[in-house]
Amino acid sequence: MKKSGTFGLSQDTVERLLNFASPVILLLIWELCARFGVIDVRFFPAPSKIFTQFMVMVENGQLWKHFWASMQRLFWGFLFGGVPALALGVAMGLSRPLRMLVEPLVSATYPVPKSAILPLVLLIFGLGESSKIVMVGIGIFFPIVINAMAGVLEIQKIYFDVSKNFGASRWQVFRTVALPGAMPLILTGVKLGIGMGLVLISIAEMVGAKSGLGFMMWNAWEILSVETMYVGLIVIAVLGIIFSQIVTEIERMIVPWRNAR
Amino acid sequence: MSDVKIRLRDLSKVFSTRAGAFTALEPMTLDIPAGCFFMIVGPSGCGKTTLLRILAGLETPTSGTLEVTKPAAGRPSNSMVFQGDSLFPWMTVFENAAYGLRMRHRPEGEIKDVVGHYLQRTGLSRFHNSYPHQLSGGMRQRVSIARAFANDPDILLMDEPFSALDEQNKILLQEELLRIWEETRKTVMFITHSVDEAVTLGDRIMIMTAHPGRAKQIVDVPFERPRRVLELRAKPEYGELVYSIWGHLRDEVQRARALDEGTAA
Repeated sequence: MKKSGTFGLSQDTVERLLNFASPVILLLIWELCARFGVIDVRFFPAPSKIFTQFMVMVENGQLWKHFWASMQRLFWGFLFGGVPALALGVAMGLSRPLRMLVEPLVSATYPVPKSAILPLVLLIFGLGESSKIVMVGIGIFFPIVINAMAGVLEIQKIYFDVSKNFGASRWQVFRTVALPGAMPLILTGVKLGIGMGLVLISIAEMVGAKSGLGFMMWNAWEILSVETMYVGLIVIAVLGIIFSQIVTEIERMIVPWRNAR
Repeated sequence: MSDVKIRLRDLSKVFSTRAGAFTALEPMTLDIPAGCFFMIVGPSGCGKTTLLRILAGLETPTSGTLEVTKPAAGRPSNSMVFQGDSLFPWMTVFENAAYGLRMRHRPEGEIKDVVGHYLQRTGLSRFHNSYPHQLSGGMRQRVSIARAFANDPDILLMDEPFSALDEQNKILLQEELLRIWEETRKTVMFITHSVDEAVTLGDRIMIMTAHPGRAKQIVDVPFERPRRVLELRAKPEYGELVYSIWGHLRDEVQRARALDEGTAA
């Protein structure tokens, strides 16, 4: 790493600069193309225009309002979908009868495109908050339930033997063996689920909401404010990156033994 | 050493497999006195692990009875040192060693004292916050031993705990085990395929036959305690005992091999 490369900078620094350079160069080209009319600014407005719109929306509070509405729905959706999924998935991994009972239901409903059930969810839960929360919940439920079950099934039998020999109760087996043993795969499920949650919140808000980032983008289409659309896209993309980083951080804290395997 | 701790009467185990019934253990009758360091030696597939797993409550016998003297209130009947890696990778050395006590909801102060003592006795105090993957194989097996001793069971069950270790580590750990055992003189049931290990550690050695598993011979080990592993091994009596046990065992190993080749052909 200490080897000096281009312009006397260390290899490491050069690589970091290159990493940073590619999006900047892309934005620069985009900006120039927009200004000189190479691309159609009705579809691809200049980055500077998008940024201006971003600042306007920050100042008038519009962005915050929609952002906060989506965040709340995501939070409750993750909670109401994720926690039962975690409990059910681990329990399915531990209990063969429960697995035999529930697994067919999960595998039968899993392949249904989640966006396709939005009309049904709107019908049942109405246009209020609950339909959006349910959509996010459904999105995060499947990856977590499936990964939690697989995670428990992957735990070597000897660990269950140890806990039995040392007199662990069912609850203690759950807490000291099944849950931590399945945690690496569960967190992978959480990451997948968050991605799914972001997809579904966007779709759900486009159709059945008067607030949220999805609504904001849909509304921008209706009033032909392309810049607003891009602001929404960027905010959602950044959210995805931040959530994924948070889970990676949590992983580092609660699964410090992961690199052992 | 006079009262019987473990009493087996016609204890047997038959597994039903796809190929039909497989007799792992023929009816066995056996008394193990309290405080005895009881060794079981036999070729692989002689049912010795099955026997230990029945005692550990991990298998149920097909027939016969198993009686174990009830431990004093609040103490566990047995704790097992498993063969191979059995430490929870998601727990630190301390948490692993404290596992049994935590499962029994002992007060944290007591856990700290007891676990601290056994980690110190096994030379692991410095590593109490390490995770198993940061330790060598020998150190991991030490934690496993500390975990069983810290739980303070009436009976210690050991399933070839040192089989994966190199010779030097094995001797060190045998010494350590003997030293810790001297503090409490618990009843031990120890499985090994090494005759040397059996004679080094045991008060009494049961030689088992190849499948179906059966007790072939029980030999008393006359050496006084406390023992030092290398000094013991230098004695001519040691060599004679190892040699005579090998005599019993050789037939069994050969018979096991013949059986394997017979089924392979």
